[in-house]
Amino acid sequence: MLVSIYRYNPDTDEKPVMQDVEVELPEDKDLMVLDVLALVKQQDSSVVYRRSCREGVCGSDGMNINGTNGLACITPMSTVVKPGGKLVLRPLPGLPVIRDLVVDMSIFYKQYEKIKPYLINDTAPPAIERLQSPEDRAKLDGLYECILCACCSTNCPSFWWNPDKFIGPAGLLQAYRFLADTRDTADNERLSELDDPFSVFRCRGIMNCVAVCPKGLNPTRAIGHIRSMLIEHGT
Amino acid sequence: MVMNVTNLGRSGLSDWIVQRFSAIILAAYSLCILASFVMNPDMDFETWSSIFDNNAMRLFSLITLLALCAHAWIGMWTISTDYMTSLQLGKSATFFRIMFQAGCVLLIAVYLLWGIQIFWGN
Repeated sequence: MLVSIYRYNPDTDEKPVMQDVEVELPEDKDLMVLDVLALVKQQDSSVVYRRSCREGVCGSDGMNINGTNGLACITPMSTVVKPGGKLVLRPLPGLPVIRDLVVDMSIFYKQYEKIKPYLINDTAPPAIERLQSPEDRAKLDGLYECILCACCSTNCPSFWWNPDKFIGPAGLLQAYRFLADTRDTADNERLSELDDPFSVFRCRGIMNCVAVCPKGLNPTRAIGHIRSMLIEHGT
Repeated sequence: MVMNVTNLGRSGLSDWIVQRFSAIILAAYSLCILASFVMNPDMDFETWSSIFDNNAMRLFSLITLLALCAHAWIGMWTISTDYMTSLQLGKSATFFRIMFQAGCVLLIAVYLLWGIQIFWGN
C-alpha cells in the first residue's frame, strides 16, 4: 500500500513535501493507522510522530488521516482507505508544525488554561469529601471524557482564524464541564470571563468538532449550554 | 477576557442577541413587503407610496432600517476580525481591518441617514 506522509523540518526545509512510502500490509488483518506508521518508520526512521498509549486514551497521535482528523491508534485502515487507495497523513491543521506530524500545541493548551480547568469552591472543605448526588454526577457525562487530543479544535475554522482569542471546542467543552459541576461555585466568574465577542461567540455551530471527536463527544451542544447560561446570567 | 472596542455592544452576548432580534425584524419586514405585493397585484407608484404614507408602516420601516444597520455592522465586524487578521495579512492587517471597518461605518451611516430622509423627509 502507498502511504503519503507530510514531511517538514522547519530548521532545514524551505517548505513541506509529501513523501510516498510503499508499505507491505498483512492481508488478513485490519491494521490501525498507527500500526502502518510503525511499518513506515521501520523503512524510514526519520519520520517523526507522537504516540504513547496506542489505545485512544492519551490523545498523543491526533493527526489528519485522509483529510479527516482522528487518532491514528484507534482508526482502522478499512474505515479511511478504500481497497487500492492510498493513505495520506498530515499534521493537525492550523497549528505550527514542529516536525513532520508533530505540531506545537502551546496555543491550544493556553486556551484550555484560560477556562480554569479545575474545581473552584469557596465554601469550607468538608471533613472527608464534597459529595454529589448520582443525578448531579450524571451531568458530567459526555464532558469529562475529553482527552485533549485537539482533533476538534484543529478542525474548526473559527479556531484557525482566531486561535489566540477563540477558546475552541475542546476548551469550551471543559468550560461547560466545570459550569455543570454542582460542586463548583465560580459560575458567575467563569461566565463573566466568557462573555466577549470571541471566547464563545465565534462558534458558528458548524459541528466540525462533533464530526471528528474520537471519543464521540459533542462540544457544540456544550457551547449551546454555555450560551444559554450566558443569556440567563447576562439578561 | 478578550478585549474589544470596535464591536457593537462591547459584549459577545449583546451582539449575539442583537443579531438574532434584528434578523427576526428583517424577516418580518420582508414578509410584510411581500404581502403588500401579493395583496396589490396591480401595484403602481400611487399604491406603493400610499403604503408608506401610513405612520405605522413608516415606523416599522425605521425600526427595520436600524435593525439592518446593527445587523450589517455585527456581520461585517465579524467578517473583518475573522479574515483580516495578522495570520492572513501579516503586519499590515490592523491598518486594512480598521480601513475596512471605517468604510463599513461610513456606508452604514449613509444608508441609515438616506433611509430616514426617504421615509420621513418631505
